[in-house]
Amino acid sequence: MTSQTADSLPLTSSEHIVVVRQAVRRRAVELGFSLVDQTKIVTAASELARNTLMHGGGGRAVLEIVCDGARRGLRLVFEDKGPGIADIQLAMKDGFSTGGGLGLGLSGAKRLSNEFAISSAPGRGTTVVITRWK
Amino acid sequence: MERIPILKMGTYLLVSIQVDMHDQLAMQLQDDLTTRIAATGARGVLIDISALEMVDSFIGRMLGNIASMSRVPDAETVVVGMRPAVAITLVELGLSLPRVRTALDVERGMELLASSIAAAERDDDLADR
Repeated sequence: MTSQTADSLPLTSSEHIVVVRQAVRRRAVELGFSLVDQTKIVTAASELARNTLMHGGGGRAVLEIVCDGARRGLRLVFEDKGPGIADIQLAMKDGFSTGGGLGLGLSGAKRLSNEFAISSAPGRGTTVVITRWK
Repeated sequence: MERIPILKMGTYLLVSIQVDMHDQLAMQLQDDLTTRIAATGARGVLIDISALEMVDSFIGRMLGNIASMSRVPDAETVVVGMRPAVAITLVELGLSLPRVRTALDVERGMELLASSIAAAERDDDLADR
């Protein structure tokens, strides 16, 4: 599998969430995603970008175009150097929130992606990687 | 400061969201609408989201909050124009918006508001007798 970095975007204010959404939309259109698939990956990106900002204390989003044989997809990496997540299983549960939100960010983003990976440890920050294939 | 305009028409407040809202703008709209409902005694609130290309959990929560808060001073909220791709994505995200009434377009949304306000007034009349 090969990948090429398309964009690296800062996430330090709520306006940046909008910038990330728009960049993801642009790449999804370029890749020829259907309208529903565009909407799914943009919505997942919005949830994860907000997590990076609110829970991670800011960080960045990296957008990559990935190829696996003839298959092309969009991979998004959200990383922060924040407090990290002590119990990832709990954080992945629908409705669990420490930020006063609906608790759908991580679990919802996972449902909206084809691939989902999270790595985090207390004091070490959090990285979430999602991929949606065309 | 950047704001989403709220239009008053008779007993209705009308909002059409035409921009990709950042979180503060969404919160501002929620506050502004709640204030305007109380100040104007509006009975119906119509929110057009046909220009929105996505609704995430933050915007979804804002729509739910507006619907719940408008009910306290006896107003009804209807959300109109949700794009099919947005609706499909919301379901997969896990957001069902149980307290938000929806309609296909502005016209049907206004009909829904008019009939639910008329029904509420009939109930009030009956209670007064």
